[in-house]
Amino acid sequence: MAYSDKVLDHYENPRNVGSLDKNDPQVGTGMVGAPACGDVMKLQIKVNEQGIIEDAKFKTYGCGSAIASSSLVTEWLKGKSLDQAAEIKNSAIAEELALPPVKIHCSVLAEDAIKAAVADLQSKQTGKKEAA
Amino acid sequence: MLKNHFELFGLPVRFAIDLDMLDQHFRKIQSEVHPDRFVTSTPAERLRSMQLATQANEAYQTLKHATSRARYLLKIRGIDTQEESNTAMPPDFLMLQMEWREAIEEAEDAGDVDALDHLLHQMRQQAKALHEALHVALDEQQDDSAAAEIVRKLSFIDKMRSDIEQTIAKLED
Repeated sequence: MAYSDKVLDHYENPRNVGSLDKNDPQVGTGMVGAPACGDVMKLQIKVNEQGIIEDAKFKTYGCGSAIASSSLVTEWLKGKSLDQAAEIKNSAIAEELALPPVKIHCSVLAEDAIKAAVADLQSKQTGKKEAA
Repeated sequence: MLKNHFELFGLPVRFAIDLDMLDQHFRKIQSEVHPDRFVTSTPAERLRSMQLATQANEAYQTLKHATSRARYLLKIRGIDTQEESNTAMPPDFLMLQMEWREAIEEAEDAGDVDALDHLLHQMRQQAKALHEALHVALDEQQDDSAAAEIVRKLSFIDKMRSDIEQTIAKLED
């Protein structure tokens, strides 16, 4: 199956590969997996004091589309608030990367990873407020 | 009424089945529906025997492998294993997947077949433990949602196993 140029670009030059400190209270970590294809995705976001995402990193084991989807969203996430981040839809990812129907689940995985990372960060921050 | 895959082979509808029995019953049906026996039959009889042969093949492949057998059993019970849509696995399980994927990559880069064999062994152990858990969840506790999660885990382990096997084959080539 032929990958689109955008998928190839992200696959060959993935942006923001790596890890952030998962114990940092400003960092949210989302881990998700797709049983059907065995793909695993870890997405981390770091927010500043204003609640704006200033850094995002990912690590993905999976096909080119899964890697490209996670690489793309790390670019999109920077500069967004958590609410804006949670609004990112898999359809937008699939459209940007021109994913064929059989690879749509890769973009779903990326959307779910964002949601998981945002939820992790929000639960950390609620915990912090309660402790304060 | 069409028989389900278990009934077709005269097996109890449960996860833990006698695989020798499955083999025997499959071979019996195969010989009964062999095209050679239907040379002088009517077209309708020939068609029916062919349909039975096709169903027997599909049923055998499904029941022979633990993951697909559990998936099928859950389907009979009306439960979707959600392997296409459910991405929320336990974090420690996913963390392990990451670690194993990294270990495979390292071993592949180093051309270390022994390390890959060791990983393959670990995957077999994992699968065995999950099969045991499936038996408990499906046959003893009737806990279908727990069983569906175990099937999703097995799906990862199966993929990992076949990837390791392919990597070993590539290195030994």
